[in-house]
Amino acid sequence: MSGAYSHRPRRYLRNPSFLLGAILTAIFVGLALVSLFWTPADIARLNVSARLLPPSPQNWLGTDHYGRDLLSMIMVGARTSIAVALIAVGVGMVIGVPLGLWAAARRGGWIDELIMRFNDLVFAFPALLLAIMITAVFGPGAVNAIVAIGIFNIPVFARLSRAGALSLWTRDFIMAARVAGKGAVRISYEHILPNIANLLIVQATIQFSLGILAEAGLSYVGLGAQPPLASWGRMLADSQTMIALAPQLALIPGLAIVLTVLGLNLLGDGLRDLTDPRMEAVRR
Amino acid sequence: MLRYLARRLLVLALTMVAASIVIFLLMSVVPGDPAQFMMGMNADPAALAALRAELGLDRPLLVRYLEWVGGLVIGDFGQSYTYRVSVSQLILDRIGLSLPLAFLALLLSVVIAIPAALFAAQRHNKAGDISVMGLSQIGIAVPNFWFAMLLVLLFSVTLRWFSAGGFPGWDAGFVPAMKALTLPAIALALPQASILARVLRSALLDTLGEDYIRTARAKGLSRGQALRRHAFRNALIPVLTIIGLQFSFLLAGAIIIENVFFLPGLGRLVFQGITQRDLIVVQSVVILLVFAVTLVTFLVDIAYAFIDPRLRRGTV
Repeated sequence: MSGAYSHRPRRYLRNPSFLLGAILTAIFVGLALVSLFWTPADIARLNVSARLLPPSPQNWLGTDHYGRDLLSMIMVGARTSIAVALIAVGVGMVIGVPLGLWAAARRGGWIDELIMRFNDLVFAFPALLLAIMITAVFGPGAVNAIVAIGIFNIPVFARLSRAGALSLWTRDFIMAARVAGKGAVRISYEHILPNIANLLIVQATIQFSLGILAEAGLSYVGLGAQPPLASWGRMLADSQTMIALAPQLALIPGLAIVLTVLGLNLLGDGLRDLTDPRMEAVRR
Repeated sequence: MLRYLARRLLVLALTMVAASIVIFLLMSVVPGDPAQFMMGMNADPAALAALRAELGLDRPLLVRYLEWVGGLVIGDFGQSYTYRVSVSQLILDRIGLSLPLAFLALLLSVVIAIPAALFAAQRHNKAGDISVMGLSQIGIAVPNFWFAMLLVLLFSVTLRWFSAGGFPGWDAGFVPAMKALTLPAIALALPQASILARVLRSALLDTLGEDYIRTARAKGLSRGQALRRHAFRNALIPVLTIIGLQFSFLLAGAIIIENVFFLPGLGRLVFQGITQRDLIVVQSVVILLVFAVTLVTFLVDIAYAFIDPRLRRGTV
């Protein structure tokens, strides 16, 4: 039980879920970052004579049906997926967390009721359906995909921060802050937010992975990032007609999605175990 | 109980009204005029105006909204712009595919998840548990449309056991129709089964810590017997919520899978409606799906309130 609440790195390294998740996440985030400066080949240049090549020292993962280097496509695709999902999570947090804190500060009041009913309304829409409607209305593309996925993150973070904040509002240290004359806004930001940060980070990791799946789904049906920007979902859609001829074109982007999502989910699980004091009892 | 019921019904009604306004407003800002889309870019302006009048597109927004909602209440969804048949007929045709597909996928998900969760909970923190949990982590991470492609590659392209897509219709007989739905249902069920197995496993582990389980064990039941006879029933309560949510998800979430397998279901109807600017079809199907989700949530809430009186008084 020693050091249960310490944040010594060794505790993190001994959690297999956290470790594997962190490694997988680092690989794909690394690929995405490197793609900003350098890719093995230029994916904008098509070279049909070099199409469907097997893996070689020049093309580590081979080439696609237009002769583009698959590794380069995967790297740029990682950038697209991660950017869309990360910004969508950011949108959800920036709007959802203050809403949830506000609802908790006015618990039982009409603002609380209004915010909760707004959450119910968004949850009533099947997520993918609303995302498809939004991208259909405002046109396909990465920005609209972010908006469509981001809207869904708002009620998730609003509910979570409201629930977390509600349990804190009854605690003595909050009472002390109120007696000291601090207002609801100041208490929410100075005392409540830091205490629910762990919850929010874990949820953000999970929403990040859901965002990657959603982006892949949207770009698979042609509503996500548009060419020449590479995206994993569209690589899968393109590979579908050639699946008998060149199954690797379907396997590689699919594996990239699975490993990224798996990495984020493991990272989230590991972080939850490491930061939630209640999990201590379970681990012992 | 009656007060609780009335309150929940009011929330249900308000959600539906708000959802219908959101859907209608979204659809009314869609760029592209359905009449123009139907007649082509070189259409005669007079004919275009006539068609717009016929479709009712020339009337004010509020009138169109009220007409649409008024129709919905009595089951009249209006006329499809492109198919020139009633939207309710279109939906009825498509629901004959989507509903059985959702049920089949849900059934598969439950049939896979329950034994997997029982197996894992019995071997808590041992190799069996860790393997099942590892597999379910992968199951959650796999996009269902990619899994569908892999199923097609294996069972249709390589083994030639199933066709790669399409639906012969229920008129072609039960077996051919079910065969066409098998791969899509498996693809839909995998992530759902993984989520369900994880929820059920942790619910089982929670109940295993209860006193009545210790009593049952003290009476001489093995861990497995106590799990199946006593813990399982109590663990099912949280699982029912997930199953309820999954059903509505499966009904609406099939939209991409239906595209992979070229299945004429509700999801594909929405998709075609969007590309053909057949907005009345899109908004009708979407409101129907939202209604399904809201209704399932409502029914689950009510069922809980019957079981657990504490929920009726709480600030739910």
